[in-house]
Amino acid sequence: MLLPYSWLKEYVNVSIPAEELKEKLFSCGFEVENLTYLGKDVTGVFTGKIVSCEKHPDADRLTVCGVDCGEKGVKQIVTAATNVFEGAIVPVALDGATVKHEGGVQKIKTGKLRGVTSEGMFCSGEELGINDDFYEGAEVNGILILDKDTPLGADIRPIVGIDDYIFDIAVTANRPDCMSIYGLAREVAAVLKKGLKPLDETCFHAVPTDVKFSVEVKEPKLCPLYVGSYVKDVKIGKSPRWLRRRLALMGLRSVNNIVDITNYVLLEVGQPMHAFDRKFLHGNKIIVRCAKEGEKITTLDEKEFTLRPDNLLICDGERPVALAGVMGGLNSEIKEDTSEVFFEAAVFARDSVRKTSRSLGQRSDSSARFEKGVYEIFPWMAMTHALTLMERLGCGTPTQCTVVGNLQSVAEYGGITPKQIETTYKKIDDVLGISVPKEEVNGILERLGFGVTDKGEALSVLVPLWREDIDGYPDLAEEVIRMYGYEHITPTFLEHATVTHGGRTPAQEQERKAKRTLEKEGFFEACNYSFYSPKDLDLFRLPAEAPERNAVRLLNPISEDLSVMRTFLMPSMLQNAVRNVRRGNYEGKLFEIANVFSYDLLLEEELGGKLQNRHIVLCTWGEGDFFELKGAIEALGDAFDVTFTYERGERPYLHPGATATIRIGGLEVGVMGELHPAIAEELALEKKVFLAELDYEAASEKFAKDITYHNLPKFERIQRDLAAVVGEEVTCAEMEACILHACKAVKRAELFDVYRGKQLGQDKKSMAFRLTFEQDEKAEKGLTPEQIDGFFRKIVANLKHNLNAELR
Amino acid sequence: MEEDLDLLQEATEEAEAAEDSRALYEVKMKFLGRTGKVTALLKSMKDIAAEARPAFGKKVNALREAIEEKFAAIEERLKGRELEKKLAGEKIDVTMPGKRTKKGALHPVTRVKDQLIDLFSGMGFEVFEGPEIETEYYNFTALNTPADHPARDMQDTFYLEAGSGQKESLLLRTQTSAGQIRVMEKKKPPIKILSPGRVFRSDDDATHSPMFHQMEGLVVDKGITLCDLQGMLDEFAKKMFSETSKTRLRPSYFPFTEPSVEVDVSCASCGGKGCSLCKGTGWIEVLGAGMVNRRVLENCGVDPDVYSGFAFGMGIERIAMLKYGINNIKLLTENDVRFLEQFED
Repeated sequence: MLLPYSWLKEYVNVSIPAEELKEKLFSCGFEVENLTYLGKDVTGVFTGKIVSCEKHPDADRLTVCGVDCGEKGVKQIVTAATNVFEGAIVPVALDGATVKHEGGVQKIKTGKLRGVTSEGMFCSGEELGINDDFYEGAEVNGILILDKDTPLGADIRPIVGIDDYIFDIAVTANRPDCMSIYGLAREVAAVLKKGLKPLDETCFHAVPTDVKFSVEVKEPKLCPLYVGSYVKDVKIGKSPRWLRRRLALMGLRSVNNIVDITNYVLLEVGQPMHAFDRKFLHGNKIIVRCAKEGEKITTLDEKEFTLRPDNLLICDGERPVALAGVMGGLNSEIKEDTSEVFFEAAVFARDSVRKTSRSLGQRSDSSARFEKGVYEIFPWMAMTHALTLMERLGCGTPTQCTVVGNLQSVAEYGGITPKQIETTYKKIDDVLGISVPKEEVNGILERLGFGVTDKGEALSVLVPLWREDIDGYPDLAEEVIRMYGYEHITPTFLEHATVTHGGRTPAQEQERKAKRTLEKEGFFEACNYSFYSPKDLDLFRLPAEAPERNAVRLLNPISEDLSVMRTFLMPSMLQNAVRNVRRGNYEGKLFEIANVFSYDLLLEEELGGKLQNRHIVLCTWGEGDFFELKGAIEALGDAFDVTFTYERGERPYLHPGATATIRIGGLEVGVMGELHPAIAEELALEKKVFLAELDYEAASEKFAKDITYHNLPKFERIQRDLAAVVGEEVTCAEMEACILHACKAVKRAELFDVYRGKQLGQDKKSMAFRLTFEQDEKAEKGLTPEQIDGFFRKIVANLKHNLNAELR
Repeated sequence: MEEDLDLLQEATEEAEAAEDSRALYEVKMKFLGRTGKVTALLKSMKDIAAEARPAFGKKVNALREAIEEKFAAIEERLKGRELEKKLAGEKIDVTMPGKRTKKGALHPVTRVKDQLIDLFSGMGFEVFEGPEIETEYYNFTALNTPADHPARDMQDTFYLEAGSGQKESLLLRTQTSAGQIRVMEKKKPPIKILSPGRVFRSDDDATHSPMFHQMEGLVVDKGITLCDLQGMLDEFAKKMFSETSKTRLRPSYFPFTEPSVEVDVSCASCGGKGCSLCKGTGWIEVLGAGMVNRRVLENCGVDPDVYSGFAFGMGIERIAMLKYGINNIKLLTENDVRFLEQFED
C-alpha cells in the first residue's frame, strides 16, 4: 500500500522526518519496504521569469533568454524550445543542477551553445518527472510554463508537487482496514499519540427526489451488502488539481471528476466503488445474481467475456451492467454527457471475486482490493465520503435516494453491531508476561478507535467496526504491545513451565546413524526436490504398468518438470550425477534419505495408514565399480547388524548383467546395479553410474535397535584358504552357502580372489576363499589340526557334489 | 688331536670374512653346529685315554667359549651394520601426502537441523515429524485459517490431483505448523515439540525454492508468556550465531498465533553496526513466532483458559545460509560435490 506523506498530513498533524516515521511504522507492525523521495533526482532547479528573448546570432533554432531568478540573480539561458516567451515563468536548472533524463539523471552545467554562454537549462515536465495531473501543462511539447503568480527564485519541487515522500508499506493479511490512506493515518496517529481528523468534517446534504431505485440481491452469501445512491445534476469535467495530483502520486491517471471520485475513495477509504450512468440503467433496478451459462458482458476496457454460473453479475432490469467487484460494463459507462449517476459501494465475497477475476484473467484495482477482504462498515464510509466529495467539488447533487440491498443479511451476519470484549487487565498482562500500566492500555486502545470502559480490574472494550480481525483479549494484548513497544518485553526462560524430557525418537536416532554411516563410507548427502518430471520416468524406460508410474500429480505445478511427486529417488540421483559430470566432477558418491509418494499410499491414509514411505538412495560414478557401491550397503548392514543378501535381478533401467535385488531374509527391500549403458549413452555420460535404492522404512524395521554383545570363545580362531575351480555360472553366494552348510565350525567364508586362465579350461574360474574356523564360547577344547583337516575334506566333498567344484 | 685345538685362529678368520649375519651363521654352524668342527672335537673325546679326558675336555670348552665370544662380537658388529643399511633403505619422503579413507559429509541443511534438534532437545523438546502430504484441515483449517481466510493467499499452495476413490483434497504442507495439531490431538500439556521437515510453496525465483525445510517449535503449558518466548529465542540466537547475539521482536501476523511476531537476530557479521549482509539495519530477519491462538488450542481440545503457549518457525535453509555465508538458495539442491565437500566434519 502506497502512502504519500502529503496526503497523510491531511489527517494527522505530523512533521517528523520521513525516516523517523518509517521507524515508527516498523515498530507497530507496518514495514516500509520502500521509502521514495519524489524530488530525489531534481536538484538545483528554481523558478525564473523570462525577461528577454533574442534570436541566437549564429543559430536560427536557438533563443537566448534573460531570466530573472529572484535571489539567484538574472541568468542567461540558451534554449531550443519554441513555447517560451517574454514574461513566462519557467523552471530553470542552474549550473550544478540535476534533472531526470531518459530514466536516469542528467547533470546540468554552464556551457556554450554555438558560442553563446548558457548558465543552465529550462525544464520540461518530463525532466521534472511529472505529468498534467501533477501540474497542468506538464505534458506540452516544450518547456513547462508555470502559473503567473509563481514566486521567482523558488525551489521548483514544492511548486510542482514533488517535494513529497511515498511510503510503500507492507500490510499484513489481517489488516484490510489499512489498505487505505485513512486506515494508515489512524495507525500513524495512534503510534505518534496525535489526533486523527475525521474523514468528512461535514456531511453532504441530500435533496429529495422522485427517482426510486430498487436493489435485489439474489446471492446474499456472495454479496452480503449492497449500497447504492442516486446523484442528479451531474456535470462531467476535470477534477481539481489537488485531487488529480493525489491520484498521480498513487500512480493513477485522472479520467473525469466522477470516475476520479470513485478511484479516490478506493484509495482513501479502501472501498471499491462504481459509478453507472443512470440513463442506461433500465427500470431503475439493480439485481445482483449469478451469470447464466454462456451469458456475455463487455467491460469498460472493451473486452468481451463469456461467463459461467459462478461469475457474479450486477444487472439492471434487463441485462448485466457490471462484473461484480471486477469491472463495470461498457453499456453503462460514464460519458461526457452523463447527467445522472448511480453510485455503487458493496461487499462481495472475496473468494467469488478472486475466482471470477482469475478464471476470466481480468484484474482491476477493485478486484485486488476485494480479494483482500472488505468489511461491512466500508461501503457506508465510502458512500458518505463520495457524496460529500460530489457536493464539495460541485459536480452533482446527492439525493435522498440511497438504497440498500441485503440489509437482512447485514443483521443476520451481525455485521453492523460492534463486538464487545469483556476482559481484565491481568489477562492482557499474562499473555505478554509484563505489567502494562492501565492508563497505557486504555490510551492505546482509545487512539486505535476502541471504546474502553475501565471497570477497575476488568475492562469492557467496544471493537471498532473496521477491526473485524479483533476477537478476544490476546488480540487486545497485541494491539497494546505493538504500540507500547516490544522493547518492554523482558526475556525469561520458561519460569512456570514443567520440566520435560526431550530428544529424538529411536527411529530418528537410527536414521541419523544411517546417515553418519554413509558419511564415513565417503558419501555426500544430497537434497533434491520431492517432485520430478514425468520425463524422468520415460528416461528410466519404465513400462506403463510399472508401480513407479503411479505417481501423485500436482494440480498446479510450477512447470511440467516439477509436476509429479517422486515414486522413487533414483531419477533425482541420476540428474545429480549427470550435472556433476558435466561440471567436471568426474568422481562422486551421493546419498539421500527422503519420502516417496504414490496413490496407493494416499488411499491408505483414508484407512488410517501412512501417506508416505521413506527411501534411501545411493549413487556413485567415476572409476569405481558395482562392488564399491555394494560395500556401502554392506556397511549399512553392519551398522544395524542385518545381513543383506543379493540375487541377480532385473530392472529396465539397469545393466542386465549387473543388477541385484537386495533382501533381508525373505523380504525384498531394494535393488542396485549399474545404470543401463543405453541410458548412459542417451545422457552422453562418459562415466559409469551405479545406483541403489532401498525401502528404508521396511529395512529399518529389521535393524537392530542396539548392539548385542557375544562372549568370546575360549580358543583361538584358525584360518585356512581354499581354492576351487568351478564353472563360470557358479556364483559366490552359492559357494559361500555350500561351504557354510557343510560345516558348522566355519564361521566365515570370505572370497579373496577370482582367477581365470587357460590352464583352468574354457568357462572355468578359480575362486579362493578364506575360511575361519571357530568354536562356540561353550566349547571345552580347541580344534585340533586333525579335526580341521576333517572339516576341510568334508567341505571339499560338498563343493564337488553340489557345484562340481574341483580343489585347485 | 692337540693340533685341532688351534681352531680359534681359523674360526676367527672365517667369521671376519662373513659379509652378513647369514654368512656368519654358516660359519657358526661349521664350527659349533651339530656336525661342526668343535662339536667333532667333543665327540672325539671317547677316543682318548680316560685320564687325559678332563684336561682335553677343559681345553675344548675353553676353545668353544673363545669362539662363541668372537662370533658374538662379530655378529653384533654385522647386525649393527645391517640395521644401518636397512634404515637407510627405508628412508621415506615425510613430506608426501598422508593416506586417508575419504569421508563424505552431511548436507548443510541436515547439519543445521541436527544442531537445532540438539539445542532444543536440551531444553526438553521432543522431535516430531509430520507427513509432507497434508489435508486442508491440518495445514489450514485447524490452524485458524478457514477456506475463505485472506491468510491462505500468503502461501502459494501446491494441491494434489485426487486419486480414484479419494475423498478429501490433499496438498503439500506449506508449513510444519501442521504437525502442531497432530501432536496436540494426541498429547496433552505440558508439550514441548520440535517439528522439522520439508515444506512446499509454489514459488520459484532467485530467493525462493518450491521446496525448503522448516523447523517448528511449540510449547504449551500453564503460564507461558511472550517473555518466555523471547527468553528461549535469545538462547537459540546465542547458540546458533554468537554469544553476543540478541533478538528483537516486532509485530507481524500469522493466523495461528496471537500476538504474532517477526523475530530478528542482531547481525553476527557486523555485530549490529550495520553492513551489507543486514542491509545496514544491524538486524537479520530469522523467524516468525507468537503466542498460540486460543482457537488453535480449542481445535485440539486444549483448554485455552488453563493453558497457553508459544510457537516459532524458521526456515532451516535460511539459517544455514546465514551461518555459512551461502549466497544462493539454489546451491542447496544442486548437489554439486564441490559444494557438498565443504561441509565435511
